[in-house]
Amino acid sequence: MHEKMNAKMEAREINFYYGAVRALKNINMSITGNTVTAIIGPSGCGKSTFIRLLNRMHELVAGSRVEGHVYLDGKDILDPTIDAVDVRRSVGMVFQKPNPFPKTIFENISYGLTVNNVRDKDYIEAKVVESLKKAALWDEVKDRLKDNALRLSGGQQQRLCIARCLAVGPEVLLFDEPCASLDPISTGKIEELMLELKKNYTIVIVTHNMQQAARVSDTTGFFLMGELIEFGKTQDIFTAPKNKQTEAYITGRFG
Amino acid sequence: MENFTKIKEKIYRGGFTALAFSSLVFLAGIILLLLKESLPLFRHVRFSDFIFGRAWYPTASVPEWGIFPLIMASFWVTLGALFICVPLGVGSALYIHEIASAQQRVFLKPLIEILASIPSVVYGFFGMVVAAPFLQKAFGLPTGLCALTASIILGIMAIPTVCSLAEDALSCVPDSFREASYAVGANRWQTLMRVVLPAAGSGVSTAIILGMSRAIGETMTVLMVAGGAAIVPRSFLQPVRPMTSTIAAEMGEAVMGSLHYNALFSIGLVLFVITLVFNMIAEMVCKRFRLKLGIDR
Ligand SMILES: Nc1ncnc2c1ncn2[C@@H]1O[C@H](COP(=O)(O)OP(=O)(O)OP(=O)(O)O)[C@@H](O)[C@H]1O
Ligand SMILES: [Mg+2]
Repeated sequence: MHEKMNAKMEAREINFYYGAVRALKNINMSITGNTVTAIIGPSGCGKSTFIRLLNRMHELVAGSRVEGHVYLDGKDILDPTIDAVDVRRSVGMVFQKPNPFPKTIFENISYGLTVNNVRDKDYIEAKVVESLKKAALWDEVKDRLKDNALRLSGGQQQRLCIARCLAVGPEVLLFDEPCASLDPISTGKIEELMLELKKNYTIVIVTHNMQQAARVSDTTGFFLMGELIEFGKTQDIFTAPKNKQTEAYITGRFG
Repeated sequence: MENFTKIKEKIYRGGFTALAFSSLVFLAGIILLLLKESLPLFRHVRFSDFIFGRAWYPTASVPEWGIFPLIMASFWVTLGALFICVPLGVGSALYIHEIASAQQRVFLKPLIEILASIPSVVYGFFGMVVAAPFLQKAFGLPTGLCALTASIILGIMAIPTVCSLAEDALSCVPDSFREASYAVGANRWQTLMRVVLPAAGSGVSTAIILGMSRAIGETMTVLMVAGGAAIVPRSFLQPVRPMTSTIAAEMGEAVMGSLHYNALFSIGLVLFVITLVFNMIAEMVCKRFRLKLGIDR
């Protein structure tokens, strides 16, 4: 057990390797509960690598290796005796490109429950409705739950993916550039949603959009070439960055 | 100079156009030949008697021209082959594409391709020398050359077709589906059975249909192992005479231009129509599959 219990999630001395390539270098980060943490940095600096580690999605990449610890409520989730399935139920992930299954809207959301052996039909139905409401999609799809999810618009698909994630009952939500393929209006809806979800969940979001980071996040981490260069209150990072490289990136001088 | 390159380009264009259309010419030629040689039969035999007649005695003093036993034999043998090639072909595709490590894949893929490169005569030998005696003993049969033996051998022969096409279908399933499944806490088995396989579903059906059309058209092997009795099969343990082996076995003895000769061409025509229909269904299903996954939209 780790003693710092006030952090919801905590990364300690993380080093990450794709084969021989070291993609993350000695990362320490502590993520407070019920906040939004933004991860920013130029392409290829290791943002996705980092957040995929937080729910053990990195294990899908053959030849990758991680050193260090990631604590969730004080428990080390990288411990090999812990089941990745349990970790992913507590720490959900939404991807850059909306990726609903080619199934109905209802099935998309119930999937996470049925694979986790929930059999009670009434419970599943209630959960589907609840998740769609939480993801601010219910009003748009309540009459077409049997439609194929691929017929939804991109923005609706992304909110469906969020609902799918919520149905499993996670505590932490990871977003990897969730708005990268969306129009400004859909983006606005997702940002609004994040601020709403923050009340009940802890959120980590990777974004290339500085305004977005400033709008939605409480804390910001700036990555550069696999290192966490600066980590602190969003307001401080955007108004008075301590590091020259952070400043250069934020003001758009590189990246 | 410029003129010269233009002319050259024209020649190239013409050449390739001719090449592209040549297969059309061959196709048309084959169809015409089939029709020309088979139609005379139907001046003497009613089409429905030909298809549904239960007796095939082409060389009797009062010949009978019913190919129903031959059609059923092809049907049974193909159906039996499906029971072998679908689980093994689709299963190997799933294993190779979704589970095997990179080293295993490098080793397994060529192995299955080698299976495709074995001449059908060799499969026939294997059927005669190994499978037939084994089945004869196992079931206490008068002869091991029967529908079951043919099914097993044809099934094995169709594995490479089914496997490589099913693998293509699996590789069309975007990784994002797999990621989404793992991300909500599904394990590998659930991801395979509930996301990947359904998403690849119609692509896999295409693979199965083309495997069938491969099995139904196979000749040498069935000629060697199916037994050759022209009766409507009532069990997999009976000798049967599929359409292809009938043509191959009798073409040599049929007098050119005789009714028997025409009848064999008619069987060829029927076989051609059946495989054509299979391939068209496969094509249609395949198109739907690509649409469903949002490819070429
Ligand atoms: N599967 C992989 N195998 C090998 N190297 C990888 C793999 N995925 C990422 N990398 C490498 O690791 C480094 C970090 O990649 P990562 O995807 O985490 O960057 P990122 O910050 O998310 O970039 P982007 O903003 O473009 O999404 C890059 O140099 C990348 O080339
Ligand atoms: Mg990324």
